[in-house]
Amino acid sequence: MSSSEVGKEGVRGERPGREAQIGKGLRGRGRRGGRRGGRGEKAMVPEAEFTSYYGKPILNPPVWKSLDIAGYFFLGGLAGAGSVLAAGAQLTGRPAAARALKISSLAAIGGSTAALVHDLGRPERFYNMLRVMKPTSPMSVGSWLLAAYGPAAGAAAALEVTGLFPRLGRAATAGAAVLGPAVAAYTAVLAADTAVPAWHEAYRELPFVFVGSAAAAAAGMALVAAPVRENAPMRTAAVFGAGLELAAAKLLERRAGLAAEPYGRGRSGAYMRAGEVLSAAGTAGCVLLGGRSRAAAALSGAALLASSACTRFGVFHAGVQSAEDPKYTVVPQRERLATRGTAAAS
Amino acid sequence: MGFFTDTSVCIGCKACEVACKEWNAVPEDGLEFTGMSYDNTQGLGADTWRHVAFIEQSKPIGQNETGVEHGAAPDASGMRWLMASDVCKHCTHAACLDVCPTGSLFRTEFGTVVVQEDICNGCGYCVPACPYGVIDQRKGDGRAWKCTLCYDRIGVGQEPACAKACPTDSIQFGPLDELRERAALRVDQLHDLGVEDARLYGHDPDDGVGGDGAFFLLLDEPEVYGLPPDPVVTTRDLPSMWRHAGVAAAALLGGLAAVFTAHGREGGAR
Ligand code: SF4
Ligand code: SF4
Repeated sequence: MSSSEVGKEGVRGERPGREAQIGKGLRGRGRRGGRRGGRGEKAMVPEAEFTSYYGKPILNPPVWKSLDIAGYFFLGGLAGAGSVLAAGAQLTGRPAAARALKISSLAAIGGSTAALVHDLGRPERFYNMLRVMKPTSPMSVGSWLLAAYGPAAGAAAALEVTGLFPRLGRAATAGAAVLGPAVAAYTAVLAADTAVPAWHEAYRELPFVFVGSAAAAAAGMALVAAPVRENAPMRTAAVFGAGLELAAAKLLERRAGLAAEPYGRGRSGAYMRAGEVLSAAGTAGCVLLGGRSRAAAALSGAALLASSACTRFGVFHAGVQSAEDPKYTVVPQRERLATRGTAAAS
Repeated sequence: MGFFTDTSVCIGCKACEVACKEWNAVPEDGLEFTGMSYDNTQGLGADTWRHVAFIEQSKPIGQNETGVEHGAAPDASGMRWLMASDVCKHCTHAACLDVCPTGSLFRTEFGTVVVQEDICNGCGYCVPACPYGVIDQRKGDGRAWKCTLCYDRIGVGQEPACAKACPTDSIQFGPLDELRERAALRVDQLHDLGVEDARLYGHDPDDGVGGDGAFFLLLDEPEVYGLPPDPVVTTRDLPSMWRHAGVAAAALLGGLAAVFTAHGREGGAR
């Protein structure tokens, strides 16, 4: 209990005495350790196993609900990539596909915004998201992106359905198509910009997993909703999306080291594997049969949609799993310190 | 302004935990018999802004009885007890503050990091962003809460409640450079006594978070106390993250454009 006076300039008056001799160690007095490294730590012998505080996580795991946030990732991707496909379909004379995709994009972006607001601890204050514009906060950037993309997607769909103001409709369609990829990609940054090992360490590959998954989902939606005669580019888009997603996910698992382990384990592992199987089935189905049979196309499309949703849930749970186990926080940081130590020593 | 917590003199009395709860009117969040030594608050969270960790180790500390001349022979009692009062680090590069989309988290004139509870909308982004697992969402309230370094007290010239209550001055409050100086002296003193384990944690302005506004003197590796050994502010990689996302978005747009170009108009090629 110091009786010092504290002000904005600091503490005036008494300093605590520091004579307490908390155990004099095992060595005799006066023998210095003398092994202090640059950060005041003694040189370390690498530990055989990692230690933790009663196995408690170091991080506070995300408080986000999986249905809301994984659902938000999925729906945002579906909407964003859908707007690109809609514009492409419109420009190349595929009106039924364009119309269906515009409507699905509007529904998806509406659903994803609702999920985001629902996940807030104080939903009635959601508008505080637009209180500031902060490039250091992906959630702030995303909110502004949604504020621009949502009305564009909405206008594109509404003008398409009503047939009013065709020129304005084309402008809205183009605007949504330009903003769509950003909506699909930024959610990867949203996840990666955290201390959660499985997300942060994956920040290079995650955007590609997400846009690939988004393209596959939107192509799947088009296969479900559009007639066979218009779906040829959608089938190619499905192959493109599923391929990109798979390649990026494999790269992630190879490159992220220990942080990639949760992607193959537990709930996350199950979702990721289900996503791969559904994606393979959907892609094969639409390539082989989607051009001939309406039913086969719709079925393949549904598989692609489900696959994209599974991948998003898999990514979400991988993050939660990696935050809940102190191993994923401690071991890579220890390795980092050890490499830095040897680099400094040599 | 900040804290220096010298865990070598902590006696585990939890006066800081209690003083913090009382002063800041932090709601009770249950007491549990955890089996984790004398720890029943478990970790920092929305309703625990000071947390005293208790670690029982079978490492002899030796020669620690006061008033006894131990001589040269090692007195290897079989166990030592580490106690440490943990708190928000008030990082120089604070991830929680960087990612907060509403501007609810802000940096005060004292260099500390504080949540404005009338602005926070409970998005929860700060929670997984903090590399130390400090800030959390309060159940039933929905907003994020953490140590304010007693913003209200230091504003009127009072030291924070925990530092005021600490009977051993394990928790010291003051200007950081002065605290760092004091801490360096203390480490040297302990090393001279033969306590080789003593080391500072979070004091280095060149570390991954630009130095902590609340740093520590520890007697073992940080992870033993539940602290990350080498925390890095996540936003350090943010420019690279945006670049990767930008390339991915362009790949999506370009890839799908190529698909439509290849297929041409309906009824055209293929
Ligand atoms: S320790 Fe965590 S909550 Fe405290 S300032 Fe740093 S990032 Fe924010
Ligand atoms: S929960 Fe509150 S303080 Fe934390 S990032 Fe969201 S708005 Fe900011």
